[in-house]
Amino acid sequence: MTPNKADPVAEDPTRLADFEARIAAGATIEPKDWMPERYRKQLVRMMSQHAHSEVVGMLPEGNWITRAPSLRRKMSLLAKVQDEAGHGLYIYCGTETLGVDRHELIQQLLNGTAKYSSIFNYPTLTWADIGAIGWLVDGAAIVNQTMLAKASYGPYARAMVRICKEENFHKRQGFEIMATLASGTREQKRMAQDALDRWWWPSLMMFGPHDSQSSNSDELMRWGVKRKSNDELRQRFINLSVAQAKAIDLVIPDPQLAYDEQTENWTVGPIDWDEFWRVVKGNGPCNRERLAARRTAHADGEWVRVAAATYAAKQAQRESPSEAA
Amino acid sequence: MVSASPAAVPNEFEYLLRLGDDRLVLGHRLSEWCGHAPILEEDIALANIALDLIGQANLLLGLAARIERKGRDADALAYLRDAIDYRNALLVEMPKGDFAVTIVRQLLYSVFALLQAEALQRSTDADVAGIAAKAVKELRYHVRHSADWVLKLGGGTTESRARAQRAVDDLWPYTGELFLADDVDRAVAQTGIGVDPSPLESSWQSTVRDVLGRAGLTIPDSAYMQRGGRQGRHTEHLGHMLAEMQIVARSHPGASW
Amino acid sequence: MTTMANDSTTRATSGDGTSAPEDSQWPLWEVFVQPPGGEPHEHAGSVHAVDAESALQNARDVYARRGEAVSIWVVPSIEITASTPDDMGPFFDPGNDKPYRHPQFYKVPRGIRM
Repeated sequence: MTPNKADPVAEDPTRLADFEARIAAGATIEPKDWMPERYRKQLVRMMSQHAHSEVVGMLPEGNWITRAPSLRRKMSLLAKVQDEAGHGLYIYCGTETLGVDRHELIQQLLNGTAKYSSIFNYPTLTWADIGAIGWLVDGAAIVNQTMLAKASYGPYARAMVRICKEENFHKRQGFEIMATLASGTREQKRMAQDALDRWWWPSLMMFGPHDSQSSNSDELMRWGVKRKSNDELRQRFINLSVAQAKAIDLVIPDPQLAYDEQTENWTVGPIDWDEFWRVVKGNGPCNRERLAARRTAHADGEWVRVAAATYAAKQAQRESPSEAA
Repeated sequence: MVSASPAAVPNEFEYLLRLGDDRLVLGHRLSEWCGHAPILEEDIALANIALDLIGQANLLLGLAARIERKGRDADALAYLRDAIDYRNALLVEMPKGDFAVTIVRQLLYSVFALLQAEALQRSTDADVAGIAAKAVKELRYHVRHSADWVLKLGGGTTESRARAQRAVDDLWPYTGELFLADDVDRAVAQTGIGVDPSPLESSWQSTVRDVLGRAGLTIPDSAYMQRGGRQGRHTEHLGHMLAEMQIVARSHPGASW
Repeated sequence: MTTMANDSTTRATSGDGTSAPEDSQWPLWEVFVQPPGGEPHEHAGSVHAVDAESALQNARDVYARRGEAVSIWVVPSIEITASTPDDMGPFFDPGNDKPYRHPQFYKVPRGIRM
């Protein structure tokens, strides 16, 4: 499907105003619709980074597939990581409708110019981390994705709807693991609490900087690609998760955690934004390892990709020699 | 429905371990690719095959445990047996290697497993027959997937053909074991619960040689066939694989997950 | 414009004299899935594959592993011809000036089942 390139008179104020009015009225923008070049660029950036996150996200959890302690957990985790590959795939395909090839997007990830969610730069140190990730990281992602299911760009919204359906099992699986550990042996309970201690704050950081510090947001809100603020989403996640932690008798690692009767919100202590930026900028515990793993997989896989393409080209030549590729 | 007579139980138990262990070990090897496959579509495809095999293993080991009647379950069999008590064929415990090794091994195993499962659909044990019927559908797909890839690798580039040929050469000596029958096989074939693997070989040869031939790959002349897996005499690879697979379960005796 | 693997200065050799395509993520295919229950095929998304057989397998693995399909169609994306929004007027105008397309235009005597 070939989308329209931006018109020479692209940022015509009338067209732009019509475009923004359509979005305000709740219309969906599809690949062949006129769109401001900047909208297209923002979406390519957002969607490809989301896709990269799904793919890089396979690594911390994939780390425990071979050590999953029961057959049922082994199969569940393998299925979850497989789903993540699928989610990356849906979103890459959605991004391709905007006129960019997946090969190019992957190059951007591997050469470090594209970002991915920095939560995946943390290591998985015990089996309990698998529970914490499903519960908190997928939990946070669901809060974000539910909002994106109403994004103005059709292919993105549709990919999100598909993903949201599949995500619910991920979060439940994670929470069930934590619940089982928290009510298990003393060692298991300690393992679960330790994982919560390490994953709680990075999960809160997944929602991005406080609204007051966030630059891209206004434009993304106006264009219907972001419909709720970082802080709103973060608060929603906090309220859900605190209740869930209490239900399984685990302690949120925040001495300042307090319930505000008036707003009916759980308020948290200060988030360490130094840590956030440090990890985003490349100095998290696993940044190098994550990228190295993806680069290796991609490099090691080149002969395979090329072999398949070569074979197909030869077959095509055999079938219609007059239409040599 | 556990219907084996007391005398038959050890043989049936052994036989089910062989079926289950093949699939568990191979499924585990395939799962090692998750997040590292050559392309996203293949991450998904290999995970699918791994899930099918581990699912079959779970059912077969569960059945084995019930027949044994010693209070074990599938997890106890999977996570608390040492390598010398595993009964998988040596072929499936080989490291995953490069993509060619994985795909060639998958072809060699899946063609065998499909023939075996098709025959097991007629098992006199209803549970075995049921597991086999479901497995047949899955294994047909595994054969299709791996055969398609073998053709692509053999007929692709110089490099892919060289890697595929190396894989065939290295793995071929492990294929004979699949068809070696012993007293256990003969006993279960007698009662109709299981299937003697040796009659399956000629169909296997014919299918495998056809695919490899079309892929431009040659088969080594009379290789000595390695054996021992069915009796617990494994390569050094299995010990390392199980050490990784079992570490968490063994570190917390009696815990539930 | 989705680029397909074609021209490149660095090509692997395929061993039979022809030069191999450069590395790519393979061509794009659109996937249509028919759910059980008699509904028509619906667009599910895309996959990358080098040929129809593997496109079908990939489509099944990606879009139908939860048993949602009785039939799958795959089509190279480049083979899809799509209308443009400018076509929307004449094609998609609900045809308020063509009432004869609507059942309400026709009067049928009372009591007759249609």
